[in-house]
Amino acid sequence: MAKREYTPNDFRNGNAVKWCAGCGDHAIFNSVLKALPEVAERLDIPREQFAFISGIGCSSRFVYYMNTYGFHTIHGRAAAIATGLKTARPDLSVWVCSGDGDSLAIGGNHFIHACRRNIDLNLLLFNNEIYGLTKGQYSPTSKLGKVTKTSPFGTIEEPFSPAVLAIGAKASFVARTIDMELELTKDVLVAGACHKGMAVTEALVNCVIFNHKTHADYAESKAIREERTIRLVHDEKMLFGANKEKGLVLDGLHLKVVTVGEDGYTIDDVLTHDAHTEDTALHTMLASMRYPEYPVAVGIIRDVERPTYDSEVTRQIDEQQQREPNKCSDDLFFGGETWEVK
Amino acid sequence: MSVVIRFSGDSGDGMQLVGNLFSESAAFAGYGVFTFPDYPAEVRAPQGTVAGVSGFQVHFDSQIVAHEGDKCSVFVAMNPAALVAHRKYAAATAMVLLDSDNFTKESVAKLGYDIETIVAELNMTECNIVEAPITQMTLDAVAEFGLDRKSALKCRNMVVLGITLGMYDISTEYAEKFLIKKFGAKSELVCNANIAALHAGENYAKNTHLVGENQMKAEKNVLSKGVYRSINGNQAVAWGFIAAAERSGRPLFCGSYPITPATGILEELAKHKALGVKTVQAEDEIAGICTAIGASFGGSLAVTTTSGPGLALKSEALGLAVMAQIPLVVVDVQRGGPSTGLPTKSEQADLLQAMYGRNGDSPLVVLTAHSPADCFDKAFMAAKIALERMMPVVLLTDGNLANGTEPWRVKRVSDMPTITPPIVSREELAAKAECFNERGLFNPYSTNENSARYWAIPGAEGLEHRLGGLEKQPTTGVISYSPADHAAMGALRAERVARVAEMVPQISVEGGDSGELLVLAWGSNAGKVREAVMQLVAEGVDVAYVTIDLVNPLQSGVKESVARFNRVLVCESNSGQFASYLRSVTAHGNIRSMASMEAKPFEVEHLKKAILSNLNMN
Repeated sequence: MAKREYTPNDFRNGNAVKWCAGCGDHAIFNSVLKALPEVAERLDIPREQFAFISGIGCSSRFVYYMNTYGFHTIHGRAAAIATGLKTARPDLSVWVCSGDGDSLAIGGNHFIHACRRNIDLNLLLFNNEIYGLTKGQYSPTSKLGKVTKTSPFGTIEEPFSPAVLAIGAKASFVARTIDMELELTKDVLVAGACHKGMAVTEALVNCVIFNHKTHADYAESKAIREERTIRLVHDEKMLFGANKEKGLVLDGLHLKVVTVGEDGYTIDDVLTHDAHTEDTALHTMLASMRYPEYPVAVGIIRDVERPTYDSEVTRQIDEQQQREPNKCSDDLFFGGETWEVK
Repeated sequence: MSVVIRFSGDSGDGMQLVGNLFSESAAFAGYGVFTFPDYPAEVRAPQGTVAGVSGFQVHFDSQIVAHEGDKCSVFVAMNPAALVAHRKYAAATAMVLLDSDNFTKESVAKLGYDIETIVAELNMTECNIVEAPITQMTLDAVAEFGLDRKSALKCRNMVVLGITLGMYDISTEYAEKFLIKKFGAKSELVCNANIAALHAGENYAKNTHLVGENQMKAEKNVLSKGVYRSINGNQAVAWGFIAAAERSGRPLFCGSYPITPATGILEELAKHKALGVKTVQAEDEIAGICTAIGASFGGSLAVTTTSGPGLALKSEALGLAVMAQIPLVVVDVQRGGPSTGLPTKSEQADLLQAMYGRNGDSPLVVLTAHSPADCFDKAFMAAKIALERMMPVVLLTDGNLANGTEPWRVKRVSDMPTITPPIVSREELAAKAECFNERGLFNPYSTNENSARYWAIPGAEGLEHRLGGLEKQPTTGVISYSPADHAAMGALRAERVARVAEMVPQISVEGGDSGELLVLAWGSNAGKVREAVMQLVAEGVDVAYVTIDLVNPLQSGVKESVARFNRVLVCESNSGQFASYLRSVTAHGNIRSMASMEAKPFEVEHLKKAILSNLNMN
């Protein structure tokens, strides 16, 4: 296996980054740059086999800063364009940079169908719960009651949870991270890029201008994140808190937060995370957890194997080509019902 | 004098098969043929009802035939519903062949007619009505094979085929070969029963001296030497792309969403995985074009197929393909509109949508096909333009082309024009300083001598780059909203399209280079309009004809030819869209429109009258 020796800087093209100072997108960008050398090595592919596809929105400017192949497309359609690219070129590592408006509003249809087909994409969904580039209108993930320019009396719409939607739509890899958790972001992105199938990573990012501190209750500082988020790791107990003293147990059909050693709960009662189970029930419950009732789940929530769309397309073509080796257009055109005029 | 035969019956009566076999037998015997199926819109309407009638029209002649004909001169009606439903397609004096066994007091009454008066009520008293006991003939003919009644009755269509072939003294040889191929291996019994039915029909025609109208003889084959097959427009489009993929060395990718009447192209392409064709049935029309754009970015010959409503949905993505200079073919198999409109009827009313239906000044190539077999050449040509000039091309066909069939002289891919996309590697560009910026990075909008963007395909080392829908500087592709850059890029986009005229042969005017009236047609009407004009020319009328295949940029020679005639008449199935476009791009002051908004094919006789009246009026 050839060694792919890249540094994060090999993946940026030097263009000036134009996100607002303090925007969470900067942190995600740096995490992606750190992830890419590792992905190149693990997948054993050179830089020119990476393609970043984006839609429209602040997050979609991402591709202009990358030194890979890239395509800044139209609003909501990145997942569809990436689906065509990956189907045509299974050898590429295809990434999608998208936002909550891009993927869940105007592009909702393409998002769910990409998940359902399990096309081998690595979709990074920047969730700042607001429309930033159009300057401050509510998005499909804005919290209920959120006051914005287009909801001056508060929103009256129930928000989507991107991770829950992705699980419901049968994505085979679903993770969540937080902009300030650079290592976590890098780790889940590497895992998502190396996963065969649709990998959705929801990144909770802060929009410093139009939705400042929307995630602050559970993401503001390391201390708050320790208490109010839970990092899920496959095959490990679902524990959180500064001293890992709190855990998740199943109480009937619901999750419940308990303190180990209190109210008769022991470590044995605490659930062990199984990211690989086919069953979506517990993954959905984990992805659905909202602060303050629950800690917000981060890390790899779901990571299951099933055939990918692109590999199945290739398989069918291989099968038919084995049945009819070296078939060419002339064989088709001159075969079947023909007659000759002499 | 040509013959038009219409076979009409229940959906289950096998009329499509009879029609196809009749036309192929006639072509095999040397006649020119053109066919058009007329399926019911309902998927499975009840038997014996008007809604369930399926028809198939064959036009044949001892010369080349370019359309499905006007009203039929021979009308086969398998039951009363077929007679009632398709009476309107029969000429006043048509020969009408009925399965008399199916015309009972009850079956006729079910449709609200009286068996004694139905002929008069349908205004068919001038018709030559031939009452043939087709059902009984079938049962007698296949009796020796011991089939159950249901299976035996399935051979009725072969009796009809035998009768009609016999009426025109066309050999049953081709049909027999077909039956042996189709049933021979599976069931000798069924095969032999069908052949017996075929002969019974043929004998009936001979014994009763049943002679069709307009007898003629194909003295020598009207077709030039070669291998032929019957092909419809949708299949021809699909095969044109398959040929272009092989010729260009680019893998073929089709992203589409099913829509009438375009679905046949996606269905055809989906079959050919052995040829490496990749198809994605997308979640919607937008994803259809977007998956194609993605595949194109990855180096494929990418196509998407649709009809008018789908083209509307694709328009934003089509603008992206214009902006990012993405090679792509969009096939619009037009139907009647607006909105959902008339899905199973054909119209040419998407022309201006294709031309202008996008935001901003967003010019693209609009190419049209004028016959089912021509769909092959035009699909190939559209792919060549897209791949060599790095741009989207809209190919307009329509429902009549999609479903109509005619003989196609099979082409070898090696005989097709070459297709040379401007694919580059870092090494090939190394000497071209303008292709790289001061940091040595590739300038993605650098172009070759044809104003085509160099195609750097992901995987090409050292040519990593970003494309996008934002306005940009020429060559470097750096995002720019400066007035000068926007103007420069806008001019480049227009120039790129204009230069495509050099890739398409110039028009050829028939009937005289100059004179009183030049008649123009495009698309599926071309065959009929041309025939109408040629008949008038033969009658000594001062009129000429031209088919337009390339709408944008306007095909070479149109402006010059139009200027040599006093009047110009455009015949098209819409409100006069090409005529108004032509007025906007030529200085000619007398461009007239013969526009039909009925969403039905023109008739040659009607066209001749319209042309004459345009000559007579001032």
